Amino acid sequence: MAGGPAPPAPPETRPLSAMLLIEQALNGLQYGIMLFLMAAGLTLVFGVMGLINLAHGSLYMLGAFACAAVAAATGSFWLGLAASLAAAAAAGALIELSVIRRLYARDHLDQVLATFALILILSEGTRWLFGSFPLYLDIPAALSGPVRLPGGIDYPLYRLALIGFGLAVAAGLFLLIGRTRLGIRIRAGEADREMIAALGVDISRLYTLVFALGAALAGLAGALVGALQSVQVGMGEPVLILAFVVIVIGGIGSINGALVGALLVGMTDTLGRALLPVAFATVLPPAEAGSVGAALASMLIYIVMAGVLVMRPGGLFGRA
Amino acid sequence: MTFKATLLAAGAALALAGSAAADPVKVGMITTLSGGGASLGIDTRDGFMLAVEAAANPDLTVVIEDDQQKPEIAVQLADKLIQSDKVDVLTGIVWSNLAMAVVPAATAQGKTYLSTNAAPSQLAGKGCNPGYFSVSYQNDNLHEAAGAYAATAGIKRAFIMAPNYPAGKDSLSGFKRFYEGEVVSEVYTQLGQTDYASEIAQIRASDADGVFIFLPGGMGISFVKQYAESGVGLPLIGPAFSFDQSILQAMGDAAVGVLNGANWSPDLDTAANATFVEGFRAAYGRLPSVYAAYGYDTANLLLSAMAKAPVSDTEAFRAALKEADFASVRGKFSFAPSNHPIQDLYVREVVKEGDIYTNKIVGTAMTDRGNPYEDACKM
Repeated sequence: MAGGPAPPAPPETRPLSAMLLIEQALNGLQYGIMLFLMAAGLTLVFGVMGLINLAHGSLYMLGAFACAAVAAATGSFWLGLAASLAAAAAAGALIELSVIRRLYARDHLDQVLATFALILILSEGTRWLFGSFPLYLDIPAALSGPVRLPGGIDYPLYRLALIGFGLAVAAGLFLLIGRTRLGIRIRAGEADREMIAALGVDISRLYTLVFALGAALAGLAGALVGALQSVQVGMGEPVLILAFVVIVIGGIGSINGALVGALLVGMTDTLGRALLPVAFATVLPPAEAGSVGAALASMLIYIVMAGVLVMRPGGLFGRA
Repeated sequence: MTFKATLLAAGAALALAGSAAADPVKVGMITTLSGGGASLGIDTRDGFMLAVEAAANPDLTVVIEDDQQKPEIAVQLADKLIQSDKVDVLTGIVWSNLAMAVVPAATAQGKTYLSTNAAPSQLAGKGCNPGYFSVSYQNDNLHEAAGAYAATAGIKRAFIMAPNYPAGKDSLSGFKRFYEGEVVSEVYTQLGQTDYASEIAQIRASDADGVFIFLPGGMGISFVKQYAESGVGLPLIGPAFSFDQSILQAMGDAAVGVLNGANWSPDLDTAANATFVEGFRAAYGRLPSVYAAYGYDTANLLLSAMAKAPVSDTEAFRAALKEADFASVRGKFSFAPSNHPIQDLYVREVVKEGDIYTNKIVGTAMTDRGNPYEDACKM
């Protein structure tokens, strides 16, 4: 053996090529950006109104259902996308006016209880309207199929479009918050809500607007991701948990933190799933490496969250 | 004199037969009617009730409860059904973890449990029980069918994938049991995972020539859509759960051509199946799924046993169940000593008929298949 060529790696432990790594990084980026759309609304609502909204995942589901229903009726994904924005924003405004408004003065536990009730009501309401079977929502024809990237990677065009679209929405959101009058009010509301109310800003209308904006972002994410996944009742809850992880890592209330946290969670999760089983395969038999690697990969983002909280208890961008 | 005696005897026999038939049976159905897995439970219930309503047997009453796919709720419901509703027979559970929480306790209290779906290995081998009958299959069966057929379908180097939980591990070992090709990579995903970009990239980078997946419900919908979008294009095979009637419409064109191992298909050519599929479509306006077929068979099995023995005579009633004297929609059907079915396993292909996506049988994977845990069952 000595001096001979290196023994060929068994198939399960094939070295990761640079191409595969780049493809996985793109996947992580796309996943992170979608998480950002979810987390942005959640963190805005918490930052401005001090409200924990567990029903944020239901708004995500609502967006996906609205998109699927309108796309099925009209044949156009783009009309569906517009419908998802409109439906989620309208539902958000309605929920804020009817339920959430009564909760601002209550403590977080009451808010959690009430918004958990909203999850149940919205889920069963959606089932009542659309039935228990998952809906069909496909990628628009213009964006379907893979494209060849420089370097010879075949990558789904729709995922690339999601990255671009998500970045554009993120940029728009930063402009809105950093450069517009509404943004100034939102930031002022975060800093000192009594003071801006005293200055004559209609705080209750501002709250409704912010809540509807957050809901619209969640609905948009639901519709965009729904085309890749299954549109079904209960699809919002797993994403909600991840969105909470994102805002805890980023610092609750911080939009910058939500962006960094979302990208960190997206990258960690995707690369962890791709790399850990390969890493374990160097020391364990393949079947065990697969299962141990997968088990550890599913814990990875929570380990990252715990690590961040130990180093910076307020999150990366939080006010400690 | 002799005439009178004969008449008396006939009268007595009639009275006896009458008493056997008039012995009322109360069935408690625990199944998933809300939450993400509701479509499976709804099909189970609708299939079961189709047979119950067709029989119109006044002695049979059914109490239906929703377990919300939560083991603790299923246990509470079983207690309620047994203690307060005083049911004789329990049925309907879709998920293996719920079955494990309910079945051993129910059979220990002398109740009979008929499984319309979940049949974990623990209840087939050492944990088998005279009061537990699986009418559907043993959990490994449909994976075995896919494995036995994969090499025939030209998949010599398989990339195999399942969620990282007990049924996922059973699935991959079931696939490997009769697979004659080589497994190039074995990947476990997260339970409930919705994004498979990372795994699809691994499939692309591997030198596999086919992919086996066990991803039931929404996981399968997500994977199949993303896989079609990626342009990888290697043939896909899986168990029927990943490609069933209840989810095919949500997958759309992405699922066409996918192979799946099954023990039933809407186009299976038996008289009972034709009646069932037509009746189901007329009653509910959609095609039945495997869950509906198992529910329908379970109800007919129960009705056949009711005609033979009173439910109060537990031993005779269970013996009557074990005879499996009913017209199964699957055609051939009998019980092995462990009360699990012996049946033929098929491979189906997803096709589009008009606007409807459905399955057609393309081959027989195994004939008279029992289950691998039979020897461990002592009863």
